[in-house]
This record gives sequence, C-alpha cells and structure tokens, in this order.
Amino acid sequence: MHKNFRKLCLTLIVLFAFIIIPNGFAFGNRDKEEKDSSVHTEHEKGKFDPGSFIFDHVTDSYEWHIFNIKDFHISIPLPIIVYSKESGLHSFWSSKLHHGYSDYKGFRISHTEPDEGKVVEIMEDGTELKPLDFSITKNVFAVFISLGFLLWIFISIARKYNKSKVPNGFQNAMEPIILFIRDDVAKPAIGEEKYEKYMPFLLSVFFFILINNLLGLVPIPPGGANVTGNLAVTGVLALFTLAITTINGNKYYWKEIYDAPGVPWWLKIPIPLMPIIETVGLFTKPFVLMIRLFANIAAGHIIAMGFFSLIFIFGDIIPYLGYAVSPVTLVFTVFMSVIEILVAFVQAYVFTLLSAIYFGMATNEHH
Amino acid sequence: MELVTPGLGLIFWMVISFSVILFILKKFAWKPILKALKDREISIDTALKSADKAKEEMEKLKTDNEKIIKEAKNERDNLLKDARHVKDKIISEAKQKANLEAKIIIEDAKGKIESEKDAALDEIKNQVADFSIEIAEKILKKKLEKSNDQKDFIKELVDEIKIN
Repeated sequence: MHKNFRKLCLTLIVLFAFIIIPNGFAFGNRDKEEKDSSVHTEHEKGKFDPGSFIFDHVTDSYEWHIFNIKDFHISIPLPIIVYSKESGLHSFWSSKLHHGYSDYKGFRISHTEPDEGKVVEIMEDGTELKPLDFSITKNVFAVFISLGFLLWIFISIARKYNKSKVPNGFQNAMEPIILFIRDDVAKPAIGEEKYEKYMPFLLSVFFFILINNLLGLVPIPPGGANVTGNLAVTGVLALFTLAITTINGNKYYWKEIYDAPGVPWWLKIPIPLMPIIETVGLFTKPFVLMIRLFANIAAGHIIAMGFFSLIFIFGDIIPYLGYAVSPVTLVFTVFMSVIEILVAFVQAYVFTLLSAIYFGMATNEHH
Repeated sequence: MELVTPGLGLIFWMVISFSVILFILKKFAWKPILKALKDREISIDTALKSADKAKEEMEKLKTDNEKIIKEAKNERDNLLKDARHVKDKIISEAKQKANLEAKIIIEDAKGKIESEKDAALDEIKNQVADFSIEIAEKILKKKLEKSNDQKDFIKELVDEIKIN
C-alpha cells in the first residue's frame, strides 16, 4: 500500500515534469519571438515598476511563473476552464494565451479595467465579456498541491500509528503539534466532552494554513504561491468555521444572540438593538478571521517583494547601486523570512484557536 | 483591486477540494491518529495505575508480613515465657513435694529411732536390772557366808527401820 502510494507520487512528479518542460520551454521560445517587437517599447516605456511587480506576485495568475532569463519566460502553464453563456464550456492551457499577448478560441486576458488580468471572451462587436471562470489558477493549483501534501503526510502518519504504538521519524515531529491542538486549543476552548467532534476540522485547518504559509515562503514551485494571503482562500476557511458554528449552535447560543439574558428590556423592545448587534457579530467573527489571515500573509509577501524591489529600483538609477543594495536587501529578507516563519505558525494557531473558541461558544451549556 | 476581490473560481475549487480533503483526512488520518493517541494515553494511564496498585499491594503485603512476623515473635515470646513459668512452677512444686516427702520421711525416721531407742533403753534397763540382781545375789551369797556379818547387817537394817 505504502509502496503504491510512493509510486503514485513519483508518477505525478514525472507527469508534472512532462507538462512543464515541453509547454514551458516551447512557450518560452514562442514568447521570445513574439515579444521581440515589444521588447524595445517595454524597456523604453518602463523602468522597473515595483507596484505591478509586487502585485503580480501577490495576486493570482493563470500560469505559474518560475523565472525569466532576459525575455525567456519559464512558467508552468495551467488549465483555463471558462463557461461562457454564449459559447458554452471551454478549457485550454494558459500557454495558448502567451501571457496575455494573444487570443485563443475567442478568449484573451483583458488589459483594461474592470477585468484587467482576467480571462474574457471577445464579443463580435469587440467588447469583452467576463465568463464564469473556473480555471485552475496558480492559487488553485497551489491549494491542490498543499492538500496533496496534507493527504500524503497525515495518511502515512496514520498508517504508522496502526503499525506500532511507538512514534518515529516525521510522526515524532507532527505528534506534539497534534497534541498541542488537542490539549491546548480544542480542550480548553470547547470542553472535554465535545471537543472530539471538532478535532478533524481544527487539525485540517491548522495544517492547511501552516503548510500554505510555509510553502509561501519557499520561492520555487511548489512553494511561492500566495495562497493564505488570498481573500478567497481565507474566506472559504472562515466560511467553514461559520457553517460549523451555526450548525452546531445550541439553544443557549441562539438565546444569547436573540434574547440575551441580563440585558435591559429596552435594548430589545421596541428596537431590537442587541439582537441586531449580536447578529452582525455572528458574521463579523468569521469576517475578522478571513481578514486577519489574509492581511498578515499578504503583508509578509508584499514586504519581502518590496525588499527585492529595492535592488531593481536602485539598479535602475545606477546599475552598481543595485549590486550595492543587494546585500542589505538579503539581510532584510532573511530577517523578514525568520519573522514570517514565526507568523506562519502564529497565524495558523490564531485561526485554529479562534475557530475553537467560536465552536466552544456555540456549544457551551453553562449559563 | 484584484488583491481584495476574491476570485469565483478559486472559491469554487477551494470549497470543493477542502471539503473533500477534510472528509478524507477525517476518515483516514485524523480518526486513526486521534484514536491511536487516545488508546496510547489510556494504556499508559492504566499501566501506571496498575503499577501503583501493584506497589500498594506490595507495600500492603510487606506490612502484612511484618505484622505476621511480629505476631509470630510475640507468640514465641509468650510461649517461651509460659514455658519458663511452667518449668519454674514444676520445679518449685517438685521441690516443695520433695521437701514435704523428706520431712515426712525424716519425721518417720525420727519416730522410729525414738521408739527403737526407747526399746533399746528398756532392754538395757531390763538387762542392767537383771545384771544388778545377779551381781547382788552373788554379792549377798558371798557376804552371807559369814553369819556374823549377816547378823550385823540384819541388825543394822532393823535399826534403820526403828529410827524411821
């Protein structure tokens, strides 16, 4: 069973390599030819633009950019899946769009607002229409990879537990974290009797956030994507917390919201001030979870990219200044990375702890 | 702006993939891991508890043993004491009895000796009387051979009586 699993992983890696190498390189070459004309204009037009450099990195994209050698782009092409009301479902590799420099099947990456950077369908009259976009973007792909890692790590660990009672290897590294989540997060926040039900979600969320925070610090694929610094991802995680809290809320929880005991009656009748505030609070809790994680991780990425931008900003003024600044940047970046590793753990912990506290509030019996 | 506009596709894939993985992890990873951890804790707990129990029992056995030994010692001491007592009693009783016996015997012997002595004295007295008579006879015989003497003696005797 274990061997089969390894084999599967190996096959996936090989498959992955087959996709990158022909597509990436071929696409790079084509890109070069095509871009040759635009190279001059681009170089004249733009000095280095740190804003777009940073945001290109921090936001989602249709391909997984690895590096450039001059104008030779190496990136992993990802599938674009769009559903258009006009022409139905389409799917094709993002390499077909050549970084947005060409159209394919009537689709292109928009260069104008409001859908700048998104795949749009070109109508007959030349206007752009945004289709339903289910593309496997960089972030979606990174989510898949991290979830794959989670499956691989924890199913193999679970199998080890079945084999022997004595933990060894990587199991030893994960066990204290699992025990920490159980004994110092779930048990105190939810209570001895009920915590077990929520453990799978808390552990999954914790390790999902942690692995993505850490992968986000690794500059090369499968790391480097800004998954937990993306509102959609953190929003979905917070939505799960909201859903579980709402589904498991007992009568005391709802009473606390709609008829809070100990609150003067005139705050409830005739204007239900307290119920309104509490209802809003119901949604602000997960909302804050979403924003906190997103902002922390996105800020970390932006700062790291900002430091790197310094090199190019100074390099644009005098090339040697760029070289001179780079050691300073390196020191800053190393320093930031160390802090970011701490932040990775802290944010995963905070999200899990707050989720556990919300579950505890929803299931608390003592009033 | 793109940074704060969540992508629909990403939300869609995130919801689906995270739900699926949550389900799979719950079933194949978290349940077995948490169960194994709990089982291990319970087994360690019971092992420790039983060790404590065994220790307690040992302690109990030890105190019991000590108690038994102490009791046995006491018993032995008591027995010895009793034995000594009995021995002393027997000895003293024997002594008393012996003394009594001895006294009786001595008393008896004394009595016998006394009576023997009396008998012997009686015999001696009788014999002495016999001898004296014999001797007196002989003396008289010899003395009375001379008649003058006899007459003198008788006269003497009669004189003596007259005086009286």
